[in-house]
Amino acid sequence: MPAEDPSAHHGFPGRLLVFEGLDGSGKSTQARLLGKWLQARGYRVFFTEWNSSELVAGVIRRGKKKGLLTPTTFSLLHATDFADRFDRQILPPLRAGYLVVCDRYAYTAFVRDAARGCDPAWVRTIYAFAPRPDRVFYFRVPVAVTLRRKLASRLKISYYEAGMDLGLSDSVTESYERFQGRLMREYDRLARSDKFTVVDATRPVEAVQSEVRRHLAPLLERFPTGERLIHDG
Amino acid sequence: MTDRTYGTRLPGMPAEPLPGKLIVIEGADGSGRTTEVALLKSWLEVEGHSVVDTGLRRSDLVSGEIDRAKKGHTLGATTMALLYAADFADQLENKIVPALSAGSTVLADRYIYTLMARAIARGASRAWARELYGFALRPDRVLFLDARPEILLHRAIAKYGTLDYWESGMDLSLSRDLFESFFRYQDLLSREFEWMQRDYDFARVDANRAPEQVHADVQRLIAPLYGAAEGANAPRPRRPRASFRRARSRAASA
Repeated sequence: MPAEDPSAHHGFPGRLLVFEGLDGSGKSTQARLLGKWLQARGYRVFFTEWNSSELVAGVIRRGKKKGLLTPTTFSLLHATDFADRFDRQILPPLRAGYLVVCDRYAYTAFVRDAARGCDPAWVRTIYAFAPRPDRVFYFRVPVAVTLRRKLASRLKISYYEAGMDLGLSDSVTESYERFQGRLMREYDRLARSDKFTVVDATRPVEAVQSEVRRHLAPLLERFPTGERLIHDG
Repeated sequence: MTDRTYGTRLPGMPAEPLPGKLIVIEGADGSGRTTEVALLKSWLEVEGHSVVDTGLRRSDLVSGEIDRAKKGHTLGATTMALLYAADFADQLENKIVPALSAGSTVLADRYIYTLMARAIARGASRAWARELYGFALRPDRVLFLDARPEILLHRAIAKYGTLDYWESGMDLSLSRDLFESFFRYQDLLSREFEWMQRDYDFARVDANRAPEQVHADVQRLIAPLYGAAEGANAPRPRRPRASFRRARSRAASA
């Protein structure tokens, strides 16, 4: 159940590392690369992604198909999904002393729900069960860059990614730019209020990754590897 | 805008006032809610009002998932509370608000209060539950059918031949004994209904009595909503059509 003070440190032996950013910002690639590196260095790593729980994935798919979802139900279903995933995938490894790497966290909900018109204070409250991470990396790129990457990879822009449900524009590309622009403004706001580590993600993958590793060095210095955990008993 | 809800803006709500009335009937399982909803609906329809009834866990969106989750009871308390809230929001936006916009009376067989009480009994803080449901519309009237646990017990046994697993709060591990768990769970819920009675302005109806007596009280509490001047004393307003027109014209000019 929700913690009394969500801003307090979670107090578990593990560490919570969060990767946030727009679609096409490269955050998933960066999270994966970081996971590999941490594992190779002997840390116990647990990796988790947004929207992968079986429970409401079906509801969300069905609701999207039928166009039944409103900003409020959209928000609550994602919160349900995240609460379930938090209980099953994030909390146990965090308590067991893992480095938990999250490709998106509650902040993704904060920006999306705010962009859809939900009351930001309300959204914060419903996510009160999610403790503050030890580190949030925000991979910042202009919307135009994400669109270029998207078009280059010939990935189709999805209906909700483009925020088409908001009726911003009939053109998918234009709606995408406007909706993603809103998300970016929300991310920028959160970056200040929640002290994100902002990473310029317009640079090559390697440069971004080495910056992430550099930022984590102090945190890792104090954190035991798997082997040491066992020996220290 | 937010004065129509309990404090949180509901995106996509129509800006104009909702001419319909929202009447909520709350009460434990066995308090006679279902019977009273049927009586009230029929009375209001005879009076000339269009009535849409709604209850918990009837939305198309997630009711299947709720049933499945209950069967396996594998979901955490927060997850379950949020899933119920999503289900409620779906009904509010897709059923209750459109019906109210069309001028119908919406008769809700339970509302956010039961959901809040259940979530709090399972460990949510009152503040969290309150905020979670901040987007809910404020009803025009909340009737709380209040019955003693012994009465609830006998009605439950008469109805099901046994006690229901969920209505006995067996998932809370209060006791392995169904009978004992039933009393402890109903006690937890009634503690929540107590503060909600005050904070959410419930009209308490003594539900330890026969359905006709309960219904007479309910009519007395509901009649004034439709502008029946004699409603305070007479359970059956004599000029229903006129009062109906008055209510409609007032709502239209509001």
